[in-house]
Amino acid sequence: MAATVDTVDTVHAVTAQKYKYGFFTDIEVETAPKGLDEDTIRFISAKKGEPAWLLEWRLKAFRHWQGMVEPSWAKVAYDPIDYQDIHYYAAPKTKARPKSLDEVDPELLRTYEKLGIPLREQELLAGVEPTVAVDAVFDSVSVATTFKAKLEEYGVIFCSISEAVEKHPELVRKYLGSVVPYSDNYFATLNSAVFTDGSFVYVPKGVRCPMELSTYFRINAQNTGQFERTLIIADPGSYVSYLEGCTAPQRDENQLHAAVVELIAHDDAQIKYSTVQNWYPGDENGVGGIYNFVTKRGACRGRNSKISWTQVETGSAITWKYPSCILQGDGSVGEFYSVAITNNCQQADTGTKMIHIGRNTRSTIVSKGISAGRSQNTYRGLVRIQPGAEGARNYTQCDSLLIGDRCGAHTVPYIESRNRTARVEHEATTAKISEDQLFYCRQRGLGQEDAVSLIVNGFCKQVLQELPMEFAVEAQKLVGISLEGSVG
Amino acid sequence: MDDARTPTSSAWVDRFEAALAEPVASAATVGGDRLAALRRAGRTRFRDLGFPTRRVEAWKYTSLAELADTPHLPAPVGPDGDDGVSAPPVPPPVLGAIEGAAPAARLVLVNGRVDAALSSIGPLPDGVVAGSLAAALRDTPALVADRLGAAAAIDDGALIALNTAFFDDGVVVIVPPGVELAAPVELTLIGRAGEAPLAWHPRLILAVGAGSRVTVVEHHLGGGRYFSNLVTEVAVGAGARLGHYRVQAEAAAAAHVSTITARLERDAVYETLTLSGGARVARNEVRAVVAGTGAECRLYGAYLARGRQILDNTTVIDHAVPGTRSRQVFQGAIDDQARGVFQGKVVVRPDAQKTDGYQLNRALLLSERAEIDSKPELEIFADDVKCSHGATAGEIDDSQLFYLQSRGIGRDEARGLLTRAFLGEVIAEIEDERVRAALGDLVGAWMDRP
Repeated sequence: MAATVDTVDTVHAVTAQKYKYGFFTDIEVETAPKGLDEDTIRFISAKKGEPAWLLEWRLKAFRHWQGMVEPSWAKVAYDPIDYQDIHYYAAPKTKARPKSLDEVDPELLRTYEKLGIPLREQELLAGVEPTVAVDAVFDSVSVATTFKAKLEEYGVIFCSISEAVEKHPELVRKYLGSVVPYSDNYFATLNSAVFTDGSFVYVPKGVRCPMELSTYFRINAQNTGQFERTLIIADPGSYVSYLEGCTAPQRDENQLHAAVVELIAHDDAQIKYSTVQNWYPGDENGVGGIYNFVTKRGACRGRNSKISWTQVETGSAITWKYPSCILQGDGSVGEFYSVAITNNCQQADTGTKMIHIGRNTRSTIVSKGISAGRSQNTYRGLVRIQPGAEGARNYTQCDSLLIGDRCGAHTVPYIESRNRTARVEHEATTAKISEDQLFYCRQRGLGQEDAVSLIVNGFCKQVLQELPMEFAVEAQKLVGISLEGSVG
Repeated sequence: MDDARTPTSSAWVDRFEAALAEPVASAATVGGDRLAALRRAGRTRFRDLGFPTRRVEAWKYTSLAELADTPHLPAPVGPDGDDGVSAPPVPPPVLGAIEGAAPAARLVLVNGRVDAALSSIGPLPDGVVAGSLAAALRDTPALVADRLGAAAAIDDGALIALNTAFFDDGVVVIVPPGVELAAPVELTLIGRAGEAPLAWHPRLILAVGAGSRVTVVEHHLGGGRYFSNLVTEVAVGAGARLGHYRVQAEAAAAAHVSTITARLERDAVYETLTLSGGARVARNEVRAVVAGTGAECRLYGAYLARGRQILDNTTVIDHAVPGTRSRQVFQGAIDDQARGVFQGKVVVRPDAQKTDGYQLNRALLLSERAEIDSKPELEIFADDVKCSHGATAGEIDDSQLFYLQSRGIGRDEARGLLTRAFLGEVIAEIEDERVRAALGDLVGAWMDRP
């Protein structure tokens, strides 16, 4: 009997731990009425007090979107989305934009505390150099950005995109839509029409950003979509490392998240972009969860510039995302390191595009897909070598690990080379988790789940080690948690 | 845009049909109601699908849209030379020069129809059939009727549908269980056309009974403007082995589309290699269902693309049951402004545990304007599997060139040697020594061609 009680307790403990960010913050919210038409867009634009050119741009995108068809080529299946049944704007009620953290609703601060995101600069230990500045985005708006003053000393601009539109319109106007045009694809176009907030980063010439910049996205309100827009510009010779994290409450209905991220790296500049995506994945029967339909693209415009994408994708019911690099500048470098874990009924169709245009451009793709439960996990990627990309080099490695006999792992790479001096190599493997390794771990007293977690972490190591330290530790834990209940 | 495509292809069908001596080929009436229905369905299906363009994912890198605008007519039935166009001379059998490889049967097809006068069928073991499909449909319909469309369904693609609608001859090779045919069956398909474009749609049936062993060699060549749309239905019985080697050396202005649909039973082995060097645009597609435990499917391809050629190799291997293997190696050298295409898909169905799938695809780009597009795809629904693929593209290794040059071999000659060796790597995969030797010689001859 005792054993049974014990088991029940363990199960409860595990279930509770499965998605620990599933809580909901009860806060007064101001929303746009459900539905999408030009008035919705005017409403959002007015709320943000945007200049006329931006409203025009949004409307242009919206008109274009109305003539577009939702893409169906990805290996994901979901019921049609009713775009009229979504609130396109939801924001915690505040009188005006808070001047300091003291004016921010304490309920919001408590939410971020619960999520483990420090928003109070003074809470850091005295004498310790801050390492991460955070922009916290709650539903449609940015609620706080930390260490802005310190960053300003270096000339680094780190704020919400709404604030950037207001304070640095020339930069926003110059770069917004320059990497992902408003007509790019169905979800990016929708985002261009209705985007509400997101982060903006500008690093001036020759500056090495003194701390990690990070945005924490939280979907809270019901029946809303989150459409954030992030724009990062690295001027010649600068360096920035940017992290994003995401969570959402546990709900039975699906919520849409369609973000656009644009990166621009000028001569000798480097942008390192890391994501730990942990949106609510739905329950074990596939009920609920976030639809994560995201367009991320970086342009290596300058000579010897570098853009590096690292992603750990563990959440979301459906992931549809292909962070890409356009390697335009001679000698520019693109990197993509990805771990995608799907469990239960999750579906992920993710990968990258490396477009080699400049001479001696290099790209590396390392993708690790892990499927468990009844999930489907697809790597889809493109490596294209344009005729002018003399001496270009690509190396791609895609490994898939299957845990259980009801999941699927798929690899769909496209390789196009139009330059003979380019060298392109692609390798892919698919295998199941090794019985020998499992046995070895079990024999040394590790439980089944710990053993799986250990092996999978080893499988992903090449990618996880690319993450900034604080994230790497978190990501390792996440890998274990995401696979809980998948073996046994 | 898709709407614009259908009428174009419909016009092609209307013209082709109107020009047929007898509406939808005489073979239809011979094959009975079932075949007639199949043809009608094929025609309807093709009208719906049209010639594939790059908007169709399976044809992402090779468009046949321009065929729709080419006024192909059926090849006239009649004696050679009636239209002032004479056929290229019949070449010796591919394996002819190799000792002990005189063909058991040699079938020569001109414009998709078996020419009895040019063909020779030696004494064959009891029950072995090698001959014209039209003749078989007329004389022994029971033998072939059920095999038609058994492996090639019109839903599997526009070109199969088109072939189903219009084939009027082809080849039947049926080997009953327990027969080992030491000598190969040679098929020589000659295209004879002038400036006026012609089209034909031969259907090949290769059925090997349980425990039998057969080698089939196919040689495609010709002159003039034509479109050869070949469909081959392959059935390899339990424990049987079929070696199927193909040389595609079509005329420079020709379009060649070959679709092989194969089904492998328990412990069967199907090994096929296509050596491609001809045609302006060529597609070599193999769709194999590995349907019996212990079966092994080996698909190989070597190609040499020059001028403005587009040479496409596409494969789909469906591992339908547990314990099967597949191995694929495709390598090509691409020169001038030519383009090489490789699309390979390995599907492992749920419960097809212990599948072992390997796929390699390498391309050598020989000129500044050469291009390779490849898409090696894995679709896996079972966990206890071992599947891998590799793909590379690049130019000839400088250090290898240097090695040869330092030994006094001129640069051009060294490049030729290395290219030949590169293609030879694929040929070396073949089990049958006779075939290896013959194909190796052919590659050599192609390399010497200006």
